[in-house]
Amino acid sequence: MGSISLSHVKKSFGEVQIIPDISLDIKEGEFVVFVGPSGCGKSTLLRLIAGLEDTTSGTILLDGVDMTKAPPARRGLAMVFQSYALYPHMTVRDNIAFPLKMAKAPKEVIDQKVEYAARTLNLSSYLDRRPRALSGGQRQRVAIGRAIVREPKAFLFDEPLSNLDAALRVNMRLEITELHQQLKTTMIYVTHDQVEAMTMADRIVVLNAGRVEQFGSPLDLYKKPANRFVAGFIGSPRMNFVDGPEAARYNASSIGVRPEHFTLATSPAAGTWKGKVGVAEQLGSDTFLHVHVDGLGLMTIRTDGDQTFSHGDDVYLTPDPARIYRFDAAGLAL
Amino acid sequence: MATAQTRTLSRIMMAPAVIVLLIWMIVPLVMTLWFSFQNYSLINPMMTGFAGWANYVYVIGDPSFIQSLVNTLILVGGVLLITIIGGTMLALLLDQPIWGQGVLRIIVISPFFVMPPVAALIWKNGFMHPGYGMLAHLWEFFGLQPIDWFNQYPLFSVIVIVAWQWLPFATLILLTALQSLSEEQREAAEMDGANAINRFYYIIMPHMARAITIVILIQTIFLLGIFAEIRVTTGGGPGYASTNIAFLVFRTGILSNDIGAGSAGGVVAVVIANIVAIFLMRAVGKNLDA
Repeated sequence: MGSISLSHVKKSFGEVQIIPDISLDIKEGEFVVFVGPSGCGKSTLLRLIAGLEDTTSGTILLDGVDMTKAPPARRGLAMVFQSYALYPHMTVRDNIAFPLKMAKAPKEVIDQKVEYAARTLNLSSYLDRRPRALSGGQRQRVAIGRAIVREPKAFLFDEPLSNLDAALRVNMRLEITELHQQLKTTMIYVTHDQVEAMTMADRIVVLNAGRVEQFGSPLDLYKKPANRFVAGFIGSPRMNFVDGPEAARYNASSIGVRPEHFTLATSPAAGTWKGKVGVAEQLGSDTFLHVHVDGLGLMTIRTDGDQTFSHGDDVYLTPDPARIYRFDAAGLAL
Repeated sequence: MATAQTRTLSRIMMAPAVIVLLIWMIVPLVMTLWFSFQNYSLINPMMTGFAGWANYVYVIGDPSFIQSLVNTLILVGGVLLITIIGGTMLALLLDQPIWGQGVLRIIVISPFFVMPPVAALIWKNGFMHPGYGMLAHLWEFFGLQPIDWFNQYPLFSVIVIVAWQWLPFATLILLTALQSLSEEQREAAEMDGANAINRFYYIIMPHMARAITIVILIQTIFLLGIFAEIRVTTGGGPGYASTNIAFLVFRTGILSNDIGAGSAGGVVAVVIANIVAIFLMRAVGKNLDA
């Protein structure tokens, strides 16, 4: 249970078109991440699936049943909100039990499921506290607990980690991925953070201005980006782009090289780009060099942590010829 | 105010305001207390001097005192009931996205800007007059005998007028509370399968508890001393049917020209207000804790 299929879904708020036309097929048990810059319509798309917004046109099928017009409660989906949306006047136990109480489940069943969810999420010792008395990560887990007990067809996550600090975010990322392995339920996860998308997803939907730019596995997106937007969005640090005559040498309107696909040298050789080292960001495991390349602009180069380039050094870059991405004038990959 | 110097300075700076406030409060209170123990009747100016508890015995011993006390509580309770329930419902309606919301809100608030005697007059002559009031015409339209509101249901009529005046206040406070409920919480409840009634009962009501408490406390303070509406409409009658404690003090002190007994009534009113306040804080004050 838990396949979700959108066909020609459109959404506009008055005159403003948020989603021009989207068709997607999400398979049962898949972990799909919607990723894109802010304002790209990813949250709106999630809310359309949840039923919190009406679709302007198009159909939404859940397990093959048309749910386009169904109210949120009847869709059998559970959602975890960015602000967690816990009920502040209820204890953790009552928060988690709320959906079951609304479904008029018998008390023993409620107790049993709440206990199970609390154990799964390490919340057993907090059950009688109010959300106010919990830390950010614990609140997040309560929100997930409230979603789990309903045994939904699919979980919808709306940027759930953006209110957490960096260390906790990495932890929760692992916990959610682990939960997915355990439950094997379909999950749709919205984020603007491409690292979250790459690490968690089975498949990623890259959205831009309400359009699906590419839908594929993380490594597909990394290795075979469909266009310049995806190439620039996936991968950290960003891909370096070169336009003009240098790109024309590769029969393309622009070319892109990822920071990790360069070799560095201190003396000139054939096919190299000469540049001056600007800022060097030392991470220990890696060093990110920001190099001002003559005639091509600023480029980011990733190299190992033992490099000892300093500000103002001359450096010669050789892009890995097999890893040069070529794009046409419209930005599509060649 | 960390250092000793700034603390001293702040005390000196605040002193004038505190002293003025103290005098403002203490002088009338002491004077009232003083008069309440004096023989001080304008009808009988020769009778002066210390009266002991006579004024208090006279006020409290009067059968109209108990009736006034009961009337006061019914008045406060009735108005609270109407304004809280009505205010919640109006707030829920006004929270809906409707065309002309801004104008509608101003219209709803407007009764609050009408001065109490004026409001009472509008109701007395415009609506509730048995001869040419709107309600009389309405009754006649249905072929019924018009009701003489202020004679047949005096206290109820006063409650209706006062509730009309305070409904906007309650609506406004409750609407603000309603609007501060996070949209995501509502949506979460919707996803959790709560229908409109359950959402109201489990999510909206607990969220509004604090605002309701504030409405109850503030309104009680003002409703204990309702005077103008009674003075303009029923004059406390028929008999003592619509006399509350505040109006009883007026009747004794001004209408009967007995300043001593009036003052005693005033002191009793202060004591009663404090008793009500203590009970109220016990009952609903816990909602105010964050």
